[in-house]
Order: sequence, then C-alpha cells, then structure tokens
Amino acid sequence: MALKGKDILSLREMNPEDIELILSTARSLKEILSRPIKKVPTLRGKVVCTLFYEPSTRTRTSFELAAKYMSADTVSIATATSSVKKGETLADTARNLEVMGIDVVVMRHSVSGACHFLAKVLDVPVINAGDGMHEHPTQGLLDIFTILEYKSKIRGLKVAILGDVLHSRVARSDIFGLTKMGAEVSVAGPNTLLPPEIEALGVKAYNRVEDAVEGADVIYVLRLQLERQTKSLFPSKREYHDFFGLDRKRLRYAKEDAIVMHPGPMNRGVEISTDVADSPRSVILDQVVSGVAVRMAALYLILGGRE
Amino acid sequence: MGKDLLIRGGRVIDPAAKVDEELDVLILEGKIARLDKGITPQEGIEVLDSRGKIVMPGFIDMHVHLREPGFEDKEDIESGTRAAAMGGFTAVACMPNTDPVCDNDSVVARIIKRAREVGLVRVYPIGAVTKGRQGKELSEMGEMRLAGAVGFSDDGAPVASAEVLRCALEYLKRFDAVLIDHPEDKSLSDGGQMNLGLNSTIAGLRGIPREAEEVAVARDILVAKLTGGKLHLAHISTEGSVELVRYARARGIRVTCEVTPHHLTLTDDLVIESGYDTNTKVNPPLRSRKDVEALKQALAEGVIDAIATDHAPHHIDDKWVEYDYAESGISGLETAVSLMIDRLVAPGLISWSRLAELMSLNPARILGVPGGTLVPGSPGDVTIIDPDFEYSVDLRKFESKGKNSPFAGWRLTGAPWATVVEGRVVMKDRSLLS
Amino acid sequence: MPLFDKAEIMDKDAIRRALVRIAHEIVEKNKGLDNVVMVGIRRRGVPLAQRLAKILGEIENKEVPVGELDITLYRDDLTMRFDQPHVGRTHLPFDVAKKKVILVDDVLYTGRTVRAALDAIVDLGRPECIQLAVLIDRGHREIPIRADYVGKNVPTSRKEVIHVRLTEVDGVEQVVISEEKDEE
Repeated sequence: MALKGKDILSLREMNPEDIELILSTARSLKEILSRPIKKVPTLRGKVVCTLFYEPSTRTRTSFELAAKYMSADTVSIATATSSVKKGETLADTARNLEVMGIDVVVMRHSVSGACHFLAKVLDVPVINAGDGMHEHPTQGLLDIFTILEYKSKIRGLKVAILGDVLHSRVARSDIFGLTKMGAEVSVAGPNTLLPPEIEALGVKAYNRVEDAVEGADVIYVLRLQLERQTKSLFPSKREYHDFFGLDRKRLRYAKEDAIVMHPGPMNRGVEISTDVADSPRSVILDQVVSGVAVRMAALYLILGGRE
Repeated sequence: MGKDLLIRGGRVIDPAAKVDEELDVLILEGKIARLDKGITPQEGIEVLDSRGKIVMPGFIDMHVHLREPGFEDKEDIESGTRAAAMGGFTAVACMPNTDPVCDNDSVVARIIKRAREVGLVRVYPIGAVTKGRQGKELSEMGEMRLAGAVGFSDDGAPVASAEVLRCALEYLKRFDAVLIDHPEDKSLSDGGQMNLGLNSTIAGLRGIPREAEEVAVARDILVAKLTGGKLHLAHISTEGSVELVRYARARGIRVTCEVTPHHLTLTDDLVIESGYDTNTKVNPPLRSRKDVEALKQALAEGVIDAIATDHAPHHIDDKWVEYDYAESGISGLETAVSLMIDRLVAPGLISWSRLAELMSLNPARILGVPGGTLVPGSPGDVTIIDPDFEYSVDLRKFESKGKNSPFAGWRLTGAPWATVVEGRVVMKDRSLLS
Repeated sequence: MPLFDKAEIMDKDAIRRALVRIAHEIVEKNKGLDNVVMVGIRRRGVPLAQRLAKILGEIENKEVPVGELDITLYRDDLTMRFDQPHVGRTHLPFDVAKKKVILVDDVLYTGRTVRAALDAIVDLGRPECIQLAVLIDRGHREIPIRADYVGKNVPTSRKEVIHVRLTEVDGVEQVVISEEKDEE
C-alpha cells in the first residue's frame, strides 16, 4: 500500500482510502511515543526540511519530533513573512534545498496555494503544514484521529465547528476530511467570519452557536485569527466571546459525552473560556499527541515506499 | 506607404456593407479599391490566393497592454505588434499604464513613432484620463488627442471618482474621443485574488465580489447619463454588468462595452482545477459558469459591442510565484481569434458576420478610427481566417514576450491565416513576413 | 510467474506435534519457564507464539505472556519497495527487560526478518536473552542467524516458496511447498 500522490497538499484532494491508510499507520506508530527510547530506524538517512514562512511552534515541533523519532535528519528554515517578497523567490529557495539533498519539504506559508506551487517546482514531495486560508491537512488528519480515539467512528457523528471559519485552514481541512468520512458537520460564527457558499461543501451554517452545538458529539473551537483581521469583521473580543465563544453555558447544548477540541494556540476568554478549555471534556492535549503520530505516519508513507 | 494587393477567391464578409459572398478584393495604394468576382490583376500586383479562407475587415483589438515604455521585460511595441499580426489583428489600441504613464503628448508621440518604425500593425495610443493615472487632475487630453491618442482611460485602475469621471466626460466632448473605464470599486475588491464564491471558499483565496465591478458599472452608466459623454466599459465580466448595460440601452444612455475571450471561455473552476496556476489570475477575475453564459447570451443578442483581449503580457518571474504575489493578466493576442471561432462561431452562437462586428467594425466605430469595413475607400486592412486549421496552443511559439496563458495545450480549430495592413501582407500562412 | 503447489510437507497433526516438541525443548533449555515470554512476529508468528504459550502453560501449569511484534519499521529494504508494507501494531503486554524472550516466526529463510526483529526488541529494552523458534527452516541464510528451535528442516531451492497456512489467519492448517513455473 502506498499513497496515491507525490505530495500531501489538501484533504479535499485526498481520497478516503489514503486518509484511512494514514490513520491506521498512525495508530500503529503511536506506540513508539510511549517507549522509554523513542526511536525507530525507519527513516535513517532521510532528510526532512521544515520550511516555515509563518511563525509556528506546535506544528513545526510536531513534524520535527515525528521525523526524529523515525531517525530522519531535520533541517529547519524559518523566514519572516515580511522579507519574502523582497528576497529570494520561493522557487529559488526550494530548488537550492532540493539540490542539497533533502527528501521532503514540510512547508507553512501565508499564501493559499503556495504548497501547490511548491509541488510543481520540486521533484521531492511536499507536505502542506498550513497554507494561508486554504488547508492544513495533517491537522485535519490528527483531528479525525483524535475523534476516532474517543468515538471510535466518524460516520453519523455530529461535529460543530465554531468561530473564524473564513480565515481558517484548519476548518477547511476538517470540513473536507470529516464530511468525506460521513460526519454531519455544522459551522457557526458571525456571518462576517463565514465564507460564502460554505453550505455547498456539505455543512450546515448557523449564526447562533447554540444551534450548531445542539446535540453535538464533537465541538471544534477555531482559533480567532486576530492577526488576519484586516477589516472590521467583529466589534471587539469581548462581544465576540459573549455571542460566539464556547463557555460552560453553551456547552450544555451538546451531548453529555461531547468532546471539545481546539487546534491551538488558544485565545482563552475569547473563543473558548478557560473552564471549558481545562475541563475533562477537553481533548486538546490528546490532539497534540495524535499530531506526532499522524505526522510520523505521513512522513513514513511519503518517504518509505519510493525508489 | 500603402501597397497594391489582390486577395483572390476568399469568402468575403463585411457586416457594414452586408456582404457575404466569394469575391476578390483589390487593394490599391493601401486602400480598398474594388470588390468583385474574377478581378484580373494588373501586371506586377501581388496576388494572395485565399480560396477556402474567410476574408474580413482587419480586426482591431481595442484593449492591449504593450508595456512600452517602462516594462520592456514583459513586452515592447515590437514584440506586441508581432503578436498582434500573428493573432490576426491589423490594429491595436494600447493602454496608458506604462512607465512613464502615457499622460502627455510626448509619450503618445513616442509610441506612435516606435510603432511606425516597427511597421507591422497600426498602434493607437490610449492616453491617461488623469495625470499619472492618479485619479485627481485631468491630464492634457487635448494635446494627446492632437498627437494621435484615440481614447482615454486610467486602465489598470478605474477613473477614481464619479466627479473626475464626470469632468473628463464633459471635457472630452470638445475632442470627440471615447473614455474607456475599467469598472472596479477598489474598496470591494481590495486584496481579492479571484472571484468571490464557492471556489474562493474552497481555495482559501480572498474573493472579489461581482459587485465590485457592478457598482462601478452602475456609477459609470449614471455618470454617462448625467453628462451624455462617450463612455466605453472595459472587460465586463458578470451577469449583473450585462443587466446594467441592458438598463442603459433601454433608456438610451450612450455607453458601449467589451468582453475578453477569457471571460467568455473560462470559469473560476480553473483556479482549483489547475492547482492555483497563476495564469488563471486576471482582473477582473474569471467568474462563474452563470456569468459566462450570460456574457455569451449578451454577445449573441448584441448587448455587448466588442471583443477585446486585455492582452496583459507578463514576465515569467511575475507569474512563477505564489498566487497572491503573482501579477494579474493573460497574454491574449495570439489566442483570441481562434478561441472565438472555436467556442462561439463553430457552435453557432454567433455568425462570422457578427464576429467581424465584434472584432472589427464596432471597435473602429467606438474608437473613431478608420477601418472596420471593406467598402471601397477604406484602409486596406484585412484579416483572413482559415476556418479549418487545427492546432494546439503552444506558448513557446508566442511572438509575445508574455507566455502567460491558461490556454496552453488547448486544441482549437480555426485561426488567422493572413494579416494585411494597408495592402502589405504582414503575416501569411501563420508566419510573420518581416 | 504463477506459483503451483508442489507438495504438502506438513498437515494439521504434524504441525501440532512439532509445536509440542518445541515447547518441551523450550522448557528443557530454560529449566522451566521463569521469566520466559513469547513474542510472535507478525503475522503468522503471532498465532504460533500463542499456541506455544498454551502448550507451555499445560506442560508447566503456568501462564506465559505473549506479545506481538511488527518489524516493518526495522526492515532493510523499505526504500526499495514500491508497494510499501503496511505498518502493523507492536503490542508487548510486558517489559522485555531481564526476560528470556522466545521470538517466534513461521519460516526462517534469509534471516533478515529475524535481524529486524532483534533490533526491534532491543529498542524496547534489554532482555536477558533472546531465543528463536521457527516452524520451518528452509535454508539460504544471507546473514549469520540460526534458530534455537526448529519444527522441520526443509531443504529448498530458491525458486521454491514455502507457505505456512494457519487456521487463525488462513482458515486451513498445512505447510506446502510451491514453485514458480512457466505457463505452457
């Protein structure tokens, strides 16, 4: 078994069999994380390059640990967004890295579609670690992985995605991945933060958070991307929290055993209240663990089976 | 100087004279002399055997960017007019967003002089409406008119305010020149990369609503009504814009409009399908299927006056980058005629005669330039089409420096076969002759 | 080239008898079952390990823990394969440190699988010793590995293939030898 394409760019373009393959591989690999010596020799001699044009702690660390646990070498390049346009082009940077012998590029970039572009530039595989407002496929996969650990199925589950869907690559990957696997997905947030024609993706859209949370098995709270708010899309963080944040009161609309998720980093007291974030219903730290396992699986499947 | 030429045996289509039959066309000293059957040429006259071909008044592309002066890495007057000749155009009108901006008579004169030196197709400069295209002070449109500018536009950008537009339209009445506006409300389109809708939601690219164009079209129409000035709307792209033009027509407001070949043939689905190919990035953006259908319908019904390429050549460095960083535009001169034959004439949506109206007669009338017809006395500018020529679009063969086209690899039937300017054959059998 | 079954070299009873004999040898060699654990190599080593543990339990009246080991991550041919092997689960319900680990597989051939398994076990901890039990030893070693317990030695040619079929995995119980043959 091997993945269909050279790259991992989006969950929209990934078929359900490949999603299943990554998830089942991740399930096997998760065991390594609980070992006293977290290292298998599988990717010895491979070089994983993380190329981050946007700041990130979690995702980059997660990819780097995943690579190290499988004995790959890692190189990490972080470039401030502001210098990109003036400096070397992405194509030139990436071609240089390629001839130095890297085997895969894991890229984060502020422009949607940048990973698609990079995949055209390079012969080596590209893994999208988040591109603009487009997708963050490994986040989508780790979210599905985490839900499966708690609910042991996706089909028929009611998942409510709350908040800044417009700017969220996480929301898009989750919507594509979860609907592909048969979940009933709804989104809710202020209309200024819901992208047009979102319902055509097979989700229900609400302006009242309570309507989406009603009867939900999973509540996914998106990070309010304050850095992307170029226009006046909502009046204040206070008002946002009062009407659209997930607090204990709104959580009551969900099923008794509903789990609460968040991709991090959280704006406590804005999109999620601290008592909910730290409650037993929160599986936010499990998501982080799943992330390493899913990225090990992604690296193994991308790097392991090619001549 | 004009030359003598006999175009023999082609099917001659001239909507202005309501001609559609097999005729010989005799050009003497660069002017159409006679249309008739079986003309016997005088000794020494060049004969162009056009049997099986379609002979039409020279096509005029009323909206191109030749990039000279200032952006010669993208295109210059020589490469741009070579592309025009290859594309079957006998004349092009070039937009003023050069560097320096074409906002004074010396730049106009320079463009005309350079085009004469190259000597391929006619080049009609469009002057800037405002100084530096800044949208504030009117430029010296009278002087530019004298120097040879045929119309005025701040293209690349809209005329900034309704008030400036109003003044310009009133002022231009003295000079009888058209004002071509690029309809876009920048506050609505700001930062947008593609059409707003499901596809922008999927792609995660900032969307440009149709209304960014329609708000400006409505403004332009109402200011045209207010002033009675001669206004032309560049590259309209939405169903709503078509409705607004219909509104204007129904009330006798003087306004004309054009559409581009790419807005008639492509939709925003291509942004996704192509994996963010930056050759799909254009302003106004590729729209939805519904818009394309509305544009085609309007074209067939006569609501739309002209087809113009908005030929916007770019250097590879401007396109081989992330989508947001890429320049907007499509290099369109060398695919336009084939696309319109293959996608509009062949399926029966428009007739050959209507095509000649859209690409020759109406552009000549809107710009107020000679040509657009083959009636004796007209310029000896002729576009000859091979309706059966089949080929794949090969960007490497483009004469234009801009290889930025989303039509690479398209199989098309029907292509310009010869381009004749003032009786001189500048392109024949799909090769340039100079 | 298609494979044709040539001969059945073990049936249900023969397999059972071989496992009983191996079990006795294990007890004898280890002087009982103190600290003995069974580790089956996925896939067919796992049911064999479980069966051996059951027999051992009956002999010594003692429960022997069984683990499952997936060696995919330790293969030496990963990057040469187009058809990538699926990573299975490794599950050892005990700490291998200071244990006598009996590694169990169905067929011993080149020795490369066992080499990978040894690395995999060592990564999990430091056992007192590791012993190897296989149902079939067919020869053709490519690295210096030998089994401590062998159900049956089967001399083969490299063109031949040994198929161990077990009820738990295959629904039938037999060992067959097959060969590549040109289609006629």
